[in-house]
Amino acid sequence: MDEEKKVVIELQNVKRYFTVGSETVKALRGVSFKIYEGEFVTIMGTSGSGKSTLLNQLGCLDTPTSGEYFLDGVSVRKMSKNQRAKLRNRKIGFVFQSYNLLPKTTAVENVELPLMYNSKYNSRQRREAAVKALEAVGLGDRLNHKSNQMSGGQMQRVAIARALVNDPAVILADEATGNLDTRTSFEMLVLFQKLYREGRTIIFVTHNPEIAHYSSRNIMLRDGKIREDTLNENILSAEEGLAKLPKTQDD
Amino acid sequence: MNFLNLLKVALRAIASNKFRSFLSMLGIIIGVAAVIIMMAIGQGSKESVRKNISQMGTNIIMIRPGADMRGGVRQDPSAMQTLKMADYERILEEKTFVTHVSPEVTSSGQAIYGANNTSTSMYGESVEYFDIRQWTIADGESFTEEDVRKSAKVCLIGKTVADELFPNGQDPVGKTIRFKSIPFRIIGVLKSKGYNSFGMDQDNLMVAPYTTVMKRLLAQTYFSSINCSALSEEMTDQAIEELTRILRSNHKITGDAVDDFTIRSQQEMMETMSTTMDTITIILVVAAAFSLLVAGIGIMNIMLVSVTERTKEIGLRMSVGARGIDISNQFLLESIMISVTGGVLGVIVGYLGTLVCTSFGLPTSIPMWSIFVSFAVCTLIGIIFGYFPAQKAANLDPIEAIRYE
Ligand SMILES: Nc1ncnc2c1ncn2[C@@H]1O[C@H](COP(=O)(O)OP(=O)(O)OP(=O)(O)O)[C@@H](O)[C@H]1O
Ligand SMILES: [Mg+2]
Repeated sequence: MDEEKKVVIELQNVKRYFTVGSETVKALRGVSFKIYEGEFVTIMGTSGSGKSTLLNQLGCLDTPTSGEYFLDGVSVRKMSKNQRAKLRNRKIGFVFQSYNLLPKTTAVENVELPLMYNSKYNSRQRREAAVKALEAVGLGDRLNHKSNQMSGGQMQRVAIARALVNDPAVILADEATGNLDTRTSFEMLVLFQKLYREGRTIIFVTHNPEIAHYSSRNIMLRDGKIREDTLNENILSAEEGLAKLPKTQDD
Repeated sequence: MNFLNLLKVALRAIASNKFRSFLSMLGIIIGVAAVIIMMAIGQGSKESVRKNISQMGTNIIMIRPGADMRGGVRQDPSAMQTLKMADYERILEEKTFVTHVSPEVTSSGQAIYGANNTSTSMYGESVEYFDIRQWTIADGESFTEEDVRKSAKVCLIGKTVADELFPNGQDPVGKTIRFKSIPFRIIGVLKSKGYNSFGMDQDNLMVAPYTTVMKRLLAQTYFSSINCSALSEEMTDQAIEELTRILRSNHKITGDAVDDFTIRSQQEMMETMSTTMDTITIILVVAAAFSLLVAGIGIMNIMLVSVTERTKEIGLRMSVGARGIDISNQFLLESIMISVTGGVLGVIVGYLGTLVCTSFGLPTSIPMWSIFVSFAVCTLIGIIFGYFPAQKAANLDPIEAIRYE
């Protein structure tokens, strides 16, 4: 790894235990890694291996039971709830499996949402940033479509635009293609690869081993520990993958 | 999030559940309207009572026989015979803060003219009574000092008596009627005063010289009361002191011994009445306010439903950087808007309801402050009953909230 690259995320022996009744569930049993600026990392593993728990740590939604987590150089472990909320607002973009758009709300308003909680933006700046993010995901012509008038793929694009709008240090996606068909999944991958080429840092949790071919690095989890952490020397192009899909699938 | 955006979010939440929001507003609307109508009736009755009493003259002082009865102890009948002619004469001699004095004796019975009769009350008074009461004579004239001295069988009658005994519109003045079989010549008709606020007909009476009533009707030597007027409303207290001094000395009451008479001013009466009316108003308003409490619980219920329904939205907002306070403000504002909108509608409904009450003849008057108080109370209800649901929303765990289905 290029030593001059900036470290965006650093985990040092992060453990996360849950107490359920009298039992302790060890979801993360000591995870350490560094993620550098501009990496496109896929995190894979069987169900229950701790992927979501790890992503919640990275997204500052949760704090480790022990170990240290540095996001953009600041330690998250000892932060208060409000400090973490601010950190999420400024440094993180989430993309969820079920899109999580506000109902009966237009695309542009949905994308503006994170900036609503940032007093540095006035309404004009907010609108500008949201329009720019929607243009970046190819929805520049659907700004005022309501969330319930869009297809799954369009909704997920809006969600990605929402994750981009605050210019985050890292974009975190949990099963972002889980609800989409193969073709639309590929379209999302094309989008993520575009963001990767633009220099964004992306962490993408997925069940689908195929997706690892399209990222720059793949981390395999098993039982709350890292099994494998491999760099992908030969990143496939999602555009080509999309082109190769059998035409019969769309009609 | 700034206030304007919070307002938009709250408005949108209410608008997306119009019917439900309206139902929870309904409680507030009914509560506020009830409070306003009750206050309007209370205030209106109070004003009408005050007006009535002050029409009777605000400087009137009434002396009654017997010790102050407000304790509620029944007194010996002889204790009710303490006001005598000597007291009246002494007051006339020594008065300085008192302008007019009239001893009073009353008798109830049938008044008859030809084939017509009516039951009424005869008041025996002095010439000055009309000045004390500020009564005017519509037709004819008052009796004179001469009539008093001679115990003349003359009288003035009220409008009701005139209408009952002279239904065909004859002029009563100069006619002779019989009251308790004693003939009285009518020398005047009093100007009509209508009903007072207690529903009493103020025109169903006759007035004659007190000497006539005492000697010819009742054969008694004591008065049932003495009415006086103070020089002015402000001098009522001095006048009461003066009267007390005169009567105590006349009755030879000294030291700590209690008075065998009671002096009350019209002002005092008015205050007692006001206090009674206030108490009634408070009871009515408290009863109405309970419906506001129930309405508040209704709002809390709806807000809890709203929080549960929007758990996923709350999780999303938190994940994009909303702090607990942003979330709780959002829900608090929503409940305040429901209750304040309900309050505004309630004031309007209350106002219309008051108009309806007025049209049914109830005295009403909406105190301006009751409208401001309604708004304040509604805001308070919004805050109090919105607080718990808002807190519940703010304390949700973002991870669980966002996964909520
Ligand atoms: N809040 C919690 N309380 C108790 N146990 C939990 C909690 N969250 C996660 N776990 C446990 O931690 C382990 C890891 O869960 P996690 O959701 O991270 O798995 P995952 O890799 O995301 O699985 P999947 O692929 O099914 O989404 C599981 O055994 C789960 O039961
Ligand atoms: Mg998961």
